[in-house]
Amino acid sequence: MTSLSSNTLSRWSTDELLCWSLRGIATIAGAIVMLIVVFLIVEALPVLHHVGLLRFFTDPSWHPAEGLYNLTPMLWGTLFAMTGSVLIATPLGVLSAVFCHYYAPPVLARPYRRLIELLAGIPSVVYGFWGLVVLVPLIAEVQPPGPSLLAGILILMIMILPTIALMADASLATVPQQYIRGAAALGLPRWAIIRGVVFPAARSGLLTGVILETGRAIGETMAILMVCGNVVQTPSSVFDPIRTLTANIALEMAYALGDHRAALFVSGLVLMTIIVALAVSAEWISRGRMYG
Amino acid sequence: MHRSIDLFQQNISGSLAALCIVALLGTPESVTAQTTATDPLSGKLVITGASTLAPLVAEIGKRFESHHPKVRVDVQTGGSSRGVADTRQGLADIGMVSRVMKDEEKDLYAFPVARDGVGIILHKENPVQALTDEQVVAVYTGKITDWKDVGGKHAPITVVNKAEGRSTLEVFLHYFKLKNRDVKAQVIIGDNEQGIKTVAGNRHAIGYVSIGTAEYDESQGVPIKLLSVGGVAASTETVRNDTFPISRPLHIITRTPPGGLIKAFIEYAQSKAVHDIIKQQYFVPLVD
Repeated sequence: MTSLSSNTLSRWSTDELLCWSLRGIATIAGAIVMLIVVFLIVEALPVLHHVGLLRFFTDPSWHPAEGLYNLTPMLWGTLFAMTGSVLIATPLGVLSAVFCHYYAPPVLARPYRRLIELLAGIPSVVYGFWGLVVLVPLIAEVQPPGPSLLAGILILMIMILPTIALMADASLATVPQQYIRGAAALGLPRWAIIRGVVFPAARSGLLTGVILETGRAIGETMAILMVCGNVVQTPSSVFDPIRTLTANIALEMAYALGDHRAALFVSGLVLMTIIVALAVSAEWISRGRMYG
Repeated sequence: MHRSIDLFQQNISGSLAALCIVALLGTPESVTAQTTATDPLSGKLVITGASTLAPLVAEIGKRFESHHPKVRVDVQTGGSSRGVADTRQGLADIGMVSRVMKDEEKDLYAFPVARDGVGIILHKENPVQALTDEQVVAVYTGKITDWKDVGGKHAPITVVNKAEGRSTLEVFLHYFKLKNRDVKAQVIIGDNEQGIKTVAGNRHAIGYVSIGTAEYDESQGVPIKLLSVGGVAASTETVRNDTFPISRPLHIITRTPPGGLIKAFIEYAQSKAVHDIIKQQYFVPLVD
């Protein structure tokens, strides 16, 4: 550093300027996350203080106007909807990318990819509206009432499918050609190459895709609000209506005051905790090699 | 005189906040536009409260602005409870409350603007023509779960309820003397339109929404029907003459006896000049 500064003053200051502006930008990005967490905690504190965290999991029901704050059914609702949709969307998305890369003729692969990109760009409220007027009445024919966990899982699945499909597509594209040629030269059939060579090589990208789609599944609000029925209960079948934590906030925030409002911030905190747990476990599963 | 001082102080704190924001944005010239509080019919009115009333008051506000070019009317929603809280704390000049004023709100000054009815809706193809109050209570508390028990075809009833905090829910629960935790619902919805879409999409659903909204959607061909309550047909007509039992007054409220700009706005909102806006919004003007 001293030699640099003694050589040319101008180069030193440019480097220094870049360094400090990058530090500043990084600090802002980090500070935003910390600010949100601090804000959530500050807003939730009043109710945590005189109700206590435990009661959010042990109260008989969620009736904030009557002072009952059980979040567990909504926690289950969020987790069930998320798990169901991720379990269906992941194989579909990965296989769609495999089709696009290794089975589809180029004439078909390009428009197909554009189509998936278009799917990713549709606003969530449009999915929700479609779900409300098409999907929910269909489910109601099979098993009333219609708005249900199943409707939520299906809508979420359609919404997160492009995320995993595009991420898988991008990570398959980064698999070095010589791996595939080498495997083909050994006489392996196409599916064996994909399973034994491509998937392990693209693992980190696929995992990132799963994490991104899970994050989107947890955070989705509008579409879920419209098709899930929003009844606060732990579902006993996929045809039971549920309410997710995000829907809870969106549904009640406009009309909430005092403890009720603070209790909704506790919902936000719980959501944040799930996301953090997800990120930590993903980091742990990939042992830090996720971005490698 | 005391009132105008009060008003002036509010405006000062308002413009201070605006000044801070403007200073942050770096365009201090526009501040001058905000600080003309001396002329009674110029300045800014902040109105918050019931989402039922907000579109109506916003329309009235627009027309009021066109008569008084120096006045700005800012309408925000957040429910009747927010309207009460904001007016009490002085965050809003006028609050909107879509229900009867509660006893603990007697300190506020309330001015009725219009009436609204809460009607029970079914899908058009549902053969049930009327329900007694007892039947509605039994359906909403889960004691009756099949339409054949109330004269319909054999099918499970889908009960549509409103989310906690909505004033329609309060009006409904109050009339049927129910507690929200006793309601066994299959669907919980936010606003009126979502309720109508849910019932229109489910032949076995029962729900309740503002009569104005339901009557309009029914006339537009949405497959729903309004049930009569206690032998009185649900329509804007029966709400107007106060014969329909589940109806509510729509109030605008102030913390102190209104004066100056606030008084002018309230008198305008209660005048015949806005009856056409009230009808446009499917509410019922008060008989005067």
